[in-house]
Amino acid sequence: MSTPTTTDERVKKASFLTKALRRTEVGALLGAIAIFILFTSTDTTGNFAQLPGIAGWTDIAAPIGIVAIAVALLMIAGEFDLSSGVMVGTTGLLVGMLVSKLGMNIWLAIVVGLIFAAGIGFVNGYLVVKTKLPSFIITLATFFILKGANFALTMILTGSVRVTGVDKADGYEGAKAVFASTFKVGDQNFQISLAWWLFITIAATFLLTRTKFGNWIFAAGGDQNAARNAGVPVARTKIALFMATSVAAALVGIIFVLRLQGMQAGQGVGQEFYYIIAAAVGGTLLTGGAGSAIGASIGAVIMGMAYIGIPFSLWNSDWTSTFLGVILFSAVMINTYIGRKAAGGKR
Amino acid sequence: MANTTLELIDVEKSFGSVIANSGISVKVDASTVTCILGDNGAGKSTLIKTLSGVHKPTKGKYLVEGTEVNFNSPRDALDAGIATVFQDLATIPLMSIWRNFFIGNEIEKGFGPFKWLDVKKMKDITKQELLAMGIDLRDPNQPIGTLSGGERQAVAIARAVYFGAKVLILDEPTSALGVRQSGIVLKYVLAAKERGIAVIFITHNPNHAFLVGDRFYLLNRGKLVQSMERSNANIDELTKAMAGGKDLELLTTEIESVRKK
Repeated sequence: MSTPTTTDERVKKASFLTKALRRTEVGALLGAIAIFILFTSTDTTGNFAQLPGIAGWTDIAAPIGIVAIAVALLMIAGEFDLSSGVMVGTTGLLVGMLVSKLGMNIWLAIVVGLIFAAGIGFVNGYLVVKTKLPSFIITLATFFILKGANFALTMILTGSVRVTGVDKADGYEGAKAVFASTFKVGDQNFQISLAWWLFITIAATFLLTRTKFGNWIFAAGGDQNAARNAGVPVARTKIALFMATSVAAALVGIIFVLRLQGMQAGQGVGQEFYYIIAAAVGGTLLTGGAGSAIGASIGAVIMGMAYIGIPFSLWNSDWTSTFLGVILFSAVMINTYIGRKAAGGKR
Repeated sequence: MANTTLELIDVEKSFGSVIANSGISVKVDASTVTCILGDNGAGKSTLIKTLSGVHKPTKGKYLVEGTEVNFNSPRDALDAGIATVFQDLATIPLMSIWRNFFIGNEIEKGFGPFKWLDVKKMKDITKQELLAMGIDLRDPNQPIGTLSGGERQAVAIARAVYFGAKVLILDEPTSALGVRQSGIVLKYVLAAKERGIAVIFITHNPNHAFLVGDRFYLLNRGKLVQSMERSNANIDELTKAMAGGKDLELLTTEIESVRKK
């Protein structure tokens, strides 16, 4: 059978470069390389591009990256979670209290912490889906509720703003090995959180680009009515992502409470913006429908490099946030510009 | 006579005190194109949403192949073989063509709980199916937003046909398109009919309806005002009936008098 085909001569063939630039994470990667070169050249310690420096900035990037990936997935689905930062503290404090006040085995406390976080994520997602209020407002409320509860309950239970004594818990050594140990590359110790981060980056990328659920994430954020009409369970997808975000934050909380052997009541507060910055710098569209997990991880790397690179260059590190603000603005600007170019001048 | 695939008997849909549809009875047969015509505000959208499972009828019966159904979601309707192509909501612009084609019906491979998308197969099928409709895709990876309106409708129709729709509901598929693009879409409507599908074609354009339709229902102010078979319908009658007959005559004289000044 011969099928009538028409090749449209009006369509230009996309060059390799255009195709590459269509990928959202490429812009972020170029940015990361530029910042790497910048700090390597201004570095006064000679360590920035060496193993000790790399261990330093990946240690800062890992906890940001772990949550930023989940936040990016949620943003692709068109929602925000401002309670992701405070969840780090909440879970850490909860695990700390369970082992220090109730004498619970640390593994059991970790499981309780993860389930609790999943529950909070479920409440966030359920409220967003049911009330149809902006997730910005709902998770902002969760943020403040948890922030207050973190302080108040820590004060009531410990009489201070810190829970301690996690290292005396049953099973601490085993849990520490999994969540807070180090591994050697050459002579340099790297935090195990780096391995968690890399694993989550790969798993999330696979989930997003190669599974049904990933397809639904893009669809839910791209056009939720069209997605619903095509039979995508938009509500379930969003609730699952809110739960994943809270669980990712809980994982970081667990990593910190084991590494620091305790936790401050204010831990994590303010971090939610770092996650959003990392996701946005990595090319995730704030309006949903586009983005990547690798991009969010590259965004986290950029932030890690800034935190280490600025003091290594002997610049005044009081300006770190300003630097990140400029990076955020330029990255999103450039991404949008490249995106428009690559899409062929549309939109 | 062809067998009836879908039937509404005396269906009413109200939102609070607003009655959007009432006394709607329609029959839709396999291998035919049933046109539902109506001006803006005639209640077409509500009827589509009832048919596609978005709304539940307040009263009346909804039969698919003779059995009464009660859809809770578009997913239920889809499972019963009723696919709807919404005017602007058919596709997700930023997603690639193949992802759009398979959205909600992804092909997976793998074992047990470990399943992943069979990307190559989905891309191949997308290319093939669209080629069968006369659309040659250079790159199934390109975002569907880069296609023209007619092409996007065609992808949505091809998708519904591929996934075994028995009933294909098209919500004003031509209203945002130019003449040539509309022609292309109408061609696909007939192609779908040839494949034995019961097509429901909703439009406010009697010319387009007359080109492809076998049966015509006219809606006005939420009610069914007229029904015609192709054998006893003609285009003038259709246009007149749609604009409310006398209203149009009145309008014509009014406009004439304005023009004469």
